[in-house]
Amino acid sequence: MTAFWILAPIMVIAALGILFVRKAVHAALLLAVVMISLAVLYAALDAPFLFAVQIIVYTGAILMLFLFVLMLVGVDASDSVVETIRGQRVLASLGGLALGLVLVIGLGQISLGTAVGLDDANGEGNIQALANLLFSKYVFGFEVTSALLITAAVGAMVLAHRERLTPKPTQASLAAQRLRDYADSGKHLGPLPPPGVYARHNAVDTPALLPDGTAAGSSVSRVLAARGTVRSAPALADDIEELNRQIGGATHAGRESEAAVTTTETTPATGGEH
Amino acid sequence: MNITAYIVLSGILFTIGCVGVLTRRNAIVVFMCVELMLNASNLALVAFSRQHGNLDGQVAAFFVMVVAAAEVVVGLAIIMTIFRTRRSASVDDASLLKY
Repeated sequence: MTAFWILAPIMVIAALGILFVRKAVHAALLLAVVMISLAVLYAALDAPFLFAVQIIVYTGAILMLFLFVLMLVGVDASDSVVETIRGQRVLASLGGLALGLVLVIGLGQISLGTAVGLDDANGEGNIQALANLLFSKYVFGFEVTSALLITAAVGAMVLAHRERLTPKPTQASLAAQRLRDYADSGKHLGPLPPPGVYARHNAVDTPALLPDGTAAGSSVSRVLAARGTVRSAPALADDIEELNRQIGGATHAGRESEAAVTTTETTPATGGEH
Repeated sequence: MNITAYIVLSGILFTIGCVGVLTRRNAIVVFMCVELMLNASNLALVAFSRQHGNLDGQVAAFFVMVVAAAEVVVGLAIIMTIFRTRRSASVDDASLLKY
């Protein structure tokens, strides 16, 4: 019972978290917490086979599938807060609260008596006993399950399959397309510029500077730009100034930073003149 | 050992799953809440199996897991297909039948 009283609050908090977190990935991780805790509860309830199946099938397979689909659909696909049906959220919360109260009060009042326990049923081992049941009393359901699984696998393949409607682009056609883009819009022929490199900064998120001092937007990954984590070179210069102020006193360092700032300030101006 | 606490926990988890299905808009999160409800019912089945001293409840929970696995595979494939055509995973955007 100790495991239950430790895990039950964790499970309820994690489940409530699924309701309130904004990002779907966080919801998936909270669901993993609930499922692993459930597996431990199965072990406490004398169901070692279900403990293993819960870990392998739910936490291992189903949650991985969820995470894969989240990666494909886009991690930033968060919930919209717009209500399409007016008052739906409030009504759903009230209904849920009512259902929860009815369930908790109703189930809390029943007295089930002492549990029989599974020591007899698990006599020759839980897995052997389950197999005896599964292949005698429930053998028809077991066979129907196989049909269900095959249908699900074929259905998923049909749904996920996409017919190729256009021929696959070859290297020659890609090169021709690039030249056509260059002729039409003047898009640069070569590869994209690499991001800038500064000494104090791991600079994948810092755009490279063009000769006139402006930042080259195409040098930073599109994903970083969408997340809003791209840093600008002037901001880095501010960093240097602030650091020098913190060090303080050291006059030569201050002079150096001033020189650095003035060069960064003057470069765009000279670039503009050209 | 009394299993009432397990049943109450299962009820609470089921309720949370219900509210999640009704309030969340992201189809994948709605799906996770369905899984939460299935898991809550599994917990009740396993607890009752212990209460009655036979393994039928555990076999039922095993079948629920198999059906949940099949359901997740097909459901996520449907979500993928809808996302591919509508560029959105929100349940509100798949409303073409309304008009």
